[in-house]
Amino acid sequence: MIFKLEKRPSDSKAMAYLSPVLAVLLTLISGAIVFASLGHDPLGSLYVFFLQPLEDLYGWTELGIKVAPLLLCAMGLMLCFKAQVWNIGAEGQFILGGLGGGFLALQLGDVESYWVLPAVLLFGSLCGLAWAALAAWLKTRFSANEILTTIMLNYIALYFLYYGVHGPLKDPDGFNFPESALFSDFAMLPVIFEDYRLTISILFALFAVAVIWTFMSRAMLGFQINVLGQDPSAASFAGFKDKKLVWLVLLICGALAGLAGVSEVTGPVGQLNPYIAPGYGYAAIIIVFLGRMHPGGIVIASMLLALTYMGGEMVQMDLTLPKSITGLFQGMLLFYLLACDLLISYRIVRDRPVQTKSSSNQQETAQA
Amino acid sequence: MKLKTISKVLATAALAGGMSVAQAEDPINIGFVYVGPTGDAGWTYAHDEARKYVEEQLGDKVKTTYVESVPEGADGERVIRQLASKGNDLIFTTSFGYMNPTLKVAKKFPKVAFEHASGYKRADNMGTYFTRAYQGRYLTGLIAGKMTESNVLGYVASFPIPEVIRGINAFTKGAKEVNPDVQVKVVWASTWYDPAKEREAAETLILQGADVLTQHTDSAAVIQAAEAKGKYAIGYHSDMSEYGEKAHLTAAIHNWGPLYLKKAQQVLDGTWKAEDLWPGIAEGTTDLAPLNEAIPADVVALVEEKKAALKAGEMRVFDGPVINQAGEEVVPAGSTMDDGALLGFGFYIEGVEGKLPQS
Repeated sequence: MIFKLEKRPSDSKAMAYLSPVLAVLLTLISGAIVFASLGHDPLGSLYVFFLQPLEDLYGWTELGIKVAPLLLCAMGLMLCFKAQVWNIGAEGQFILGGLGGGFLALQLGDVESYWVLPAVLLFGSLCGLAWAALAAWLKTRFSANEILTTIMLNYIALYFLYYGVHGPLKDPDGFNFPESALFSDFAMLPVIFEDYRLTISILFALFAVAVIWTFMSRAMLGFQINVLGQDPSAASFAGFKDKKLVWLVLLICGALAGLAGVSEVTGPVGQLNPYIAPGYGYAAIIIVFLGRMHPGGIVIASMLLALTYMGGEMVQMDLTLPKSITGLFQGMLLFYLLACDLLISYRIVRDRPVQTKSSSNQQETAQA
Repeated sequence: MKLKTISKVLATAALAGGMSVAQAEDPINIGFVYVGPTGDAGWTYAHDEARKYVEEQLGDKVKTTYVESVPEGADGERVIRQLASKGNDLIFTTSFGYMNPTLKVAKKFPKVAFEHASGYKRADNMGTYFTRAYQGRYLTGLIAGKMTESNVLGYVASFPIPEVIRGINAFTKGAKEVNPDVQVKVVWASTWYDPAKEREAAETLILQGADVLTQHTDSAAVIQAAEAKGKYAIGYHSDMSEYGEKAHLTAAIHNWGPLYLKKAQQVLDGTWKAEDLWPGIAEGTTDLAPLNEAIPADVVALVEEKKAALKAGEMRVFDGPVINQAGEEVVPAGSTMDDGALLGFGFYIEGVEGKLPQS
């Protein structure tokens, strides 16, 4: 081998940012090869996958519909992960937000007041927050591992939702199908463009990004979260209350994921059904790491991931390729990212010094 | 390079657009929205077979497109709308969860014909259709009741919705008619398609003594579990015998082909209108897969006899007396359950074990 891996004296900051770019490039190249081997024009297919979904305003609004919940969940998770709190529970917090908000929306079905929507949104967020509070309590009181508790709470949340839509929240006129009645217009989020589905939830998401970005870079608490994540003993030495921080990040994440959930049911879904959560809480975990735990990166990553879903639908319609293409692209993206991340701590160098040494040795031997 | 490609794509698009204007007789475009993968051997597979059948029958008069594994939440509406705006004239949305999204899109595309499977909401350009699969279920129940030795039948179910409950009850009714001692145990897998979970549920039922299994989920995992444990199984949606040659007694199968062909032909002829169709064994929409040779001749004869009676309308599956779990006669002898009651089936009949979740 003429090249070898060498540990860098310190992690490369440039590579930390370059790695996702490199991963995207490698994904595109591999994608082109995959398309070509399936007998399709590789560049044309990439166009259908990545650009055609965004050809018009409608496409962008549909992207926004997927980005909004992903962003809300991812921003909350970013706070948690920065503090080394491994919250896998955004999915459950999302579901509880949707279920709680949906419950209130159904109870207020006959109320014609502009206070209905704010109340529904607030209650949904509080339900998400309460769900995260359970994990925070278990962690701070009993030192229960939050990875396990939040995963289990996700399942419990899902079964609460099933209970609701199969039981007390079922539409009385719905032939026993597991769905609630449609919400009244007063409980629905306003759409931004007439005729398109995108609601103002995207504004909530962008607002959350702006606030958390500022909070992390300027506020003392944000600094404390960073320190707690990087060196817990230094944090406790400095007198930061780590339990308080654990509570804080989990509650913020719960409220944001809850808001995402309630915005989903009062937005594009418009009712409660068993499918309100298509895995946004889990996808957001990937997005946080893909986005380098940075708000700007997370915005880009959430758009990219949302696009892979839409592109997957497009290639099915236009090129009659199977749905697996979506999974393939998502998998390649992650795989290449992990591979490229190696270059943050390591660098590739030419293996020259060793070679010249051995060849000069040979010369010496020959001379002797 | 990239610019070149984009212009190439645009040129192709323009060409395609021009062609459609120039051609005198356009083929109609038909879009299909599937809830699972086309290779699931179950629900979606059956719909996709029907799509291929329509293509075969109508040749270049139709062009079909499908999108598989479309989630039933907020994503469904985008896919349906995308298909409509891409120029499909007829769109089949093949799962209950697409009902409200289909209705929303139908309102925005009044010239497109929509057909939604299993729902109850309709519009001027949105019809509904379903199959009386419970008739096939009833016939498989006769076989299961005769073939069981332990008198325990196992049923892997997805979600407690009327369609699934109707299937469980029809199966139980058939089994009880030939074997009054039989008990049907139900495990809810809470999924339509998750082979690992379905198999786990099947193994639980075998542990509880079930020796004939069936399922209302979309994969063939239950058949495989039965084959591995030397038990019998009855498939659903499609002939699943290749997943367990010994175990597979038969399957209650769907045959959507003729229905889809009829709808496509109506759109071609300009005679399509929104209606509510619920065909069954008489139309061939539900049927049995070839019977296993292990089934004795007298049982085969009985199944044939009942099948003929159902076809001829001489009997219905839920003819009275229909008795619920509490032993109350819900439908008295001499009368039958009407379609409305069947569509909202929300209780177990006598012979099913356990409590219906959230009835």
